[in-house]
Amino acid sequence: MPPIIHVAGLSKTYSSGFSALKNIKLDIGQGEIFALLGPNGAGKTTLISILCGIVTKSSGTALVGGHDIEREFRATRRMIGLVPQELHLSIFEKVWDAVSFSRTLFGLPRNDGQIELILKELSLWDKRNDKIMALSGGMKRRVLIAKALAHEPKVLFLDEPTAGVDVELRKDMWNVVRGLRENGVTIILTTHYIEEAEEMADRVGVINKGELILVEDKKTLMEKLGQKRLSILLDQPLSTLPKKLQGHGLEIADGGKQLQYRYDGRHQKPDIAGLLRGLDAAKIGYHDVATTQSSLEEIFLGLVKQ
Amino acid sequence: MNWRGVSTIFVYEMKRFFRTLFQSLISPVISTTLYFVVFGSAIGGRITQIDGVSYGAFIVPGMIMLSLLTQSISNASFGIYFPRFSGTIYEYLSAPVSAMEMVMGFVGAAAAKSVLIGLVILATSTLFVSVSIMHPFWMMLFLVLTAVTFSLFGFIIGLWADGFEKLQIIPLLIVTPLTFLGGSFYSIRVLPPFWQQVSYFNPVVYLISGFRWAFYEVSDVSLYVSLGMTCVFMAVCLLAVGWIFRTGYRLKT
Ligand SMILES: Nc1ncnc2c1ncn2[C@@H]1O[C@H](COP(=O)(O)OP(=O)(O)O)[C@@H](O)[C@H]1O
Ligand SMILES: [Mg+2]
Repeated sequence: MPPIIHVAGLSKTYSSGFSALKNIKLDIGQGEIFALLGPNGAGKTTLISILCGIVTKSSGTALVGGHDIEREFRATRRMIGLVPQELHLSIFEKVWDAVSFSRTLFGLPRNDGQIELILKELSLWDKRNDKIMALSGGMKRRVLIAKALAHEPKVLFLDEPTAGVDVELRKDMWNVVRGLRENGVTIILTTHYIEEAEEMADRVGVINKGELILVEDKKTLMEKLGQKRLSILLDQPLSTLPKKLQGHGLEIADGGKQLQYRYDGRHQKPDIAGLLRGLDAAKIGYHDVATTQSSLEEIFLGLVKQ
Repeated sequence: MNWRGVSTIFVYEMKRFFRTLFQSLISPVISTTLYFVVFGSAIGGRITQIDGVSYGAFIVPGMIMLSLLTQSISNASFGIYFPRFSGTIYEYLSAPVSAMEMVMGFVGAAAAKSVLIGLVILATSTLFVSVSIMHPFWMMLFLVLTAVTFSLFGFIIGLWADGFEKLQIIPLLIVTPLTFLGGSFYSIRVLPPFWQQVSYFNPVVYLISGFRWAFYEVSDVSLYVSLGMTCVFMAVCLLAVGWIFRTGYRLKT
């Protein structure tokens, strides 16, 4: 099946001269949940905005459902629902009006039953006659989601959907997302939380400083991510592992000058104390202990700090 | 064509107008009454007739034009400025709505509102003076053309403005003077020859002259010149809007 989103050689330079996206290449399959992971300012919103028609690309190709986003904008935009990062709503409106506005704006006939369904699913039904200004931040975000779903999109973009959102909404939102996925809707979300990408996504793309650093299946990525290595620098080189130390999962490295131990730092707490007691018991001297992690992990540490 | 999208924008904008119907109509009605009191009574006591039309009746078309222009500009400029300001513009830009369709929705609604206001002012005027409309078709034509043209102009201002002050400044600095100097309250033929010549550079002269002709068959310039100039100004605004959407100026980055 051809990808529902195909992006190649996509670049964006803002009029200020700032290069926000550099030669992005990305294919997303139908029905996938794709997480775009990157720190603030990485270019996530820019990429989404280009696909939705809010920002114009500087160069490159972008297809949605096989249609060019500029020449066939009607076809592509009809397929896309967007939940923006900011709470952009006209506050004087009532919830119901705001949501049904979105449906007919996209060219679909009015369908009150559909709007009712969406509002109920997002726990907005009781608030349907409330003015948006009377709603809390979380409720406003629900309204944005309802608006994005009002025209029954095939592709849903969620730009930092959980930023500043309570647990309740997060749960509701993931339920909606799962329900949509069962109906074949493709979901692209941006986040700077690894946990969120891990919880929801099938595939993850990591973006930093306008470059898509890698795109991986979530599983593969999490395995790579988790890799940590504990190195014990020995006083005397070893040729074979003493009997007493077998069973700890140690390997000899660097021509016998090091013992190394690999573990998954995300899910495993290594018994370092036990290991070192074992070394003492075997009378093996060491002068340093170091842990290292993949360069990926370093990127992510950067992300988490944001 | 996404007609449903266009009508959604149109209806949404009109709803805003009807929600505040009282405020929307009260101010033009009050200012009309004031003009009658000030110009009609004070000046009308000294100038009894212009071109065989009583002064009170003579100023009715000019007064309607004055409101039509200011209302068209302020409705349309605010209509598009507000979504830009509040960020809700994202939805229009991401919808399957072309630039032309967006203009039709926003400008159409702004023009419809000011036509309504124009008609309300006309109705208010009949309370003060007897107004005859000799060519109702031409009257409506000028009313609608002017409303559309100046709503387009307002739309451009609403796109260009990056603050509330800028939204006000063009109507205040350019449009109000041009309207007052455009023969709203007098025939430009009462001016000295030099100022008459200057007045022909004022587009509002042509609007008011044609509009007044539709009422009383008196005009400062020929009817077709009026019509032609109105269409020229509309074409200029349309071209400007077209350019804005092609370049994405102030809408897309
Ligand atoms: N309109 C603009 N003009 C100039 N630079 C911009 C504009 N919008 C965003 N940027 C810059 O582009 C970079 C990427 O922004 P964005 O796509 O919003 O990042 P993210 O969503 O990943 O946080 C940022 O450095 C931002 O400052
Ligand atoms: Mg962002």
